[in-house]
This record gives sequence, C-alpha cells and structure tokens, in this order.
Amino acid sequence: MKMTKNTEKKLQHFIDLIIVFTQKDLKVRYKNSFLGYLWSIAHPLAFALVFFIAFKVVVKIQVENYTLFLISGLFPWQWFANSVNGAPMMFLNNASIIKKVNFPRNVLVFTHVLQDMIHFLLAIPVVVLFLIIYGKTPSISWCYGITILLFIQFFITYGLSLIVASTNLFFRDLERLTILFTTLLFYFTPIIYSEHMIPNHYKPLIYLNPLASLMISWRNLFMGGILNVTEICLAFIYAIIIFFLGHIVYKSLSWRFAEIL
Amino acid sequence: MNRKVVIFKNVSKSYPLYHQMMGIKNFLFNLPRGIRSMRNTRFEALKEISFEIEKGETLGIIGRNGAGKSTILGLIAGVLKPTQGTVFVEGRVSPLLELGAGLHPDLTGRENILLNGVLIGFLKTEVLKKMDDIIAFSEIKEFIDQPVRVYSSGMLARLGFSIVANLDPEILLIDEVLAVGDIDFQKKCLDRMLEFKRKGVTMVFVSHSMPYVEKICDRIMWIDNHSIKMIGATKDIIKLYFGSK
Repeated sequence: MKMTKNTEKKLQHFIDLIIVFTQKDLKVRYKNSFLGYLWSIAHPLAFALVFFIAFKVVVKIQVENYTLFLISGLFPWQWFANSVNGAPMMFLNNASIIKKVNFPRNVLVFTHVLQDMIHFLLAIPVVVLFLIIYGKTPSISWCYGITILLFIQFFITYGLSLIVASTNLFFRDLERLTILFTTLLFYFTPIIYSEHMIPNHYKPLIYLNPLASLMISWRNLFMGGILNVTEICLAFIYAIIIFFLGHIVYKSLSWRFAEIL
Repeated sequence: MNRKVVIFKNVSKSYPLYHQMMGIKNFLFNLPRGIRSMRNTRFEALKEISFEIEKGETLGIIGRNGAGKSTILGLIAGVLKPTQGTVFVEGRVSPLLELGAGLHPDLTGRENILLNGVLIGFLKTEVLKKMDDIIAFSEIKEFIDQPVRVYSSGMLARLGFSIVANLDPEILLIDEVLAVGDIDFQKKCLDRMLEFKRKGVTMVFVSHSMPYVEKICDRIMWIDNHSIKMIGATKDIIKLYFGSK
C-alpha cells in the first residue's frame, strides 16, 4: 500500500516537473514577442520556397500542388530535426543542476521534445491556410489522425533524442555528427519527392528509414485526409523500438551523468 | 540514541578520467588504447570512508579544496553512486544549490520559486502553498516579479536559501553558499538553521567559514587527502584544525 502511494507521488512529481519545465521553455521563448512563433513557421516556409524554386521551377518535378506537398512534410520534419539537433546540449546545458539534484534527468529531454511538438501544433493553421489556397479543406479524419501521428512521432523523436543526449556526455563531438545525420536522413525521406517516384527496385529500402512511413503518413493526412494503416503500423513499430532503445541507453548511462559533467 | 539517517560504510568513489577520450573520433581511432586508459587512469575522490549521521544532527565537513567534500554531498544527494561500499540515506534530501543554479534568468523570482521548488523534489501544490512564506522570507519585495537576471548576487542567494528553507527539508545539504548575502541576511539564515536544529532537521554543512561551522555544527568531519582525518565534537576538531596550520 505504501509502495503504490510512493509511485503515485513519484508520477505526480514527474508530471509537475514536465509542466513547470514546459511553462518555463514557452515563457522564455514567447516572452514579450511574437517572434518566437514566427520563427518556428518561417524556417520551414523558407525551405519550402527554396525547394519549390529548385525542384518545381528548375527541375520541373511532376508533383501536383507541390507547395502544399512540401509544407505538409516540412513542418513535421522541422519538429523532428529541431528536437534531435538540440538533443546533444540537453544534459550538457543543465550540468549545474544535474550535479546537485537527484531528479529524473529524462524530464529535460521529454520537455524539450514536447516543446517542439507544441510549436508544430501551432504551425498547423499554416498548413490549413495553404490547403484553402489550393481549394481544399481539412478532413474529419484529422481529429484522430493527428493524435495518432503525434504520439508516434513523439516517441520516435524522444527515443532518439534520449540516445543522442546521453551519449553526447561521453563523446562530446556528437553535435556535428547529429546535424550531419539528420540532414542526410532528410534527403533519404520522401519529403521533397514522393515515394511513388522511387524506382521499384529501391522502393523497399526506403522503409529501413524509421522516419519514412511517418512522414508519408503526415503528408497523406494533411493533403487528402488519408490514413494508410500499413504505413502507420510500420511507423508505430519503429516508435516502440526506438523508444525502448532510448530508454535502455538512458538507464544504463544516467547514473554516471553527474560524475562526467 | 537517535535513528541514523545517513550511513556510509567503507565508501570509496573513483572517477575514470574521461577527458582522455573525449570525442568519438579520437575514441574510434585509438580504440584499444582508449579502453585501456579508461580502465587504468582513475581519480580517487574518496577512500574507504565510514561515518553516520543521526536524525536532527548537524554535521560540518571541513577540509581543503578538492579533498572530496562535494563528492560526499553528491553521494548523499544520490546523484553519485559509490564505486565501493554502501551509502544509506533515509528521508528527503534538499540540496541548497549554488548561486543561480536551477534558476532561469529570464523568468521572474516568483516563477523561479516554482521551477526550483519542483526541481528539488516537491509537488507543484506544495510549493504554491509555501509561495508567500518564501517571498516574505527572502525580503526581495517588489523585485519578486522582475526577471532574476536583474538580481544582485545577494538577492540570488536570498532567493535560493528561502526556497529550500521554507519547504520543510528533512536532510539539508549546504555547500558553502551563504557567504554572499549581506550581514543581516546571513544572520537570518543562521537563525533559520538554528531553528531547523530545534525542529530536528538533519543538516550537512560544507564550509570554509569556521565561525559558522562553530556556531551551528554538533560534530565536524575533517576530510584530508580523500579520507577522514578526524571526526568528532566541534570544539575538539576546530582546535586541532587550527593547530595543524
């Protein structure tokens, strides 16, 4: 009985930690300016413009509604890339508290990913705006579709960020490698091109990329309200695997964080 | 005989010297050597330390810089694990953080109280309940709604101590942080610590300021060269400590 009460209190404390840390991040980011919000939208939009010029205007890619196509993949990607690229500094920047206070360290990564997720959610109206420009409307399936994909992407991003943040304490040059990794992964993920354009011969390979089916699902959902069960199941399996992998790496390294910082 | 709330049994703590293998590139290029040097070059921070702290007792830890005092606090706080031996701690440990640690410069004092209180292990509701007490004790007044980046170091110290002191600590860890406040506030901290003593709060106090140590500690542990040189009643140890200089 005492045991359950204890775990209950621990869980409540974990939730409280997430709440105050997220409040802190959001307050700091949006303190007295709208610029923070603009920034999280401007970045993917700028990339959309560049890709549009490069692939639609110059290369003349055969994809309908290419701007909308780009945007519906770039926004979720921005969430993933921001979280993972920021992960190497997650524990490092909080050295002073990690060395003194025995709080669950994964809260730092959790709130970091959560914060980027909130920015992504706030950017969805921009996707709607582009839908309307192209004469389309959001579908009813968004209600559950977005929730499902949010969960899947959260666990993939959280797991990977946990691995990067933890190992970076032991190998401090991981930051550059991470940026290189996410940039390369971006071009291997069907975001600026459609998965149908990949030659049949190489098509199965794309599913070795844990992000591929997730990003395809986002685009299908945003552009046509379609949820492909096979794609989502695959993304879900990757989410579970990466989440547990991240947790194992974190658990086996976290007791040494305080002595290495 | 009081209950023991902190027990160290033959505790040793050593760290590998990680800086030798920083960088994944270096590590991969020097793999066998890297692993070997990781195993062999260890820094011993504590050697076979055994001591106990009773509930309600105030233990002072003195000794030179780098002798291992902070490592002991880290072991009590549970952020470090002993390499050998066992550490037993019963009760909630509240560390008094160094100046400004765990505070965010862009948030107000009030917002930081909540952040810091939850960080050191309290529930949001518990911190909010004590909010007014904390603010009153800190005497920061109208600055409480200003971002803490405009605070002086004295005000930061006040805020930090007020948070820990008003949240019912069970085991309080204080690592040389009181030196910054002005005389009045230092006296207030001292009074609060004496009050804690009466209430039965266990305190571990690391300091170089002997007048303080003398005033509040029941016993002193003198750490020298990574092990306990002496442990005993405050008067005796202080005499010997100054005698040895």
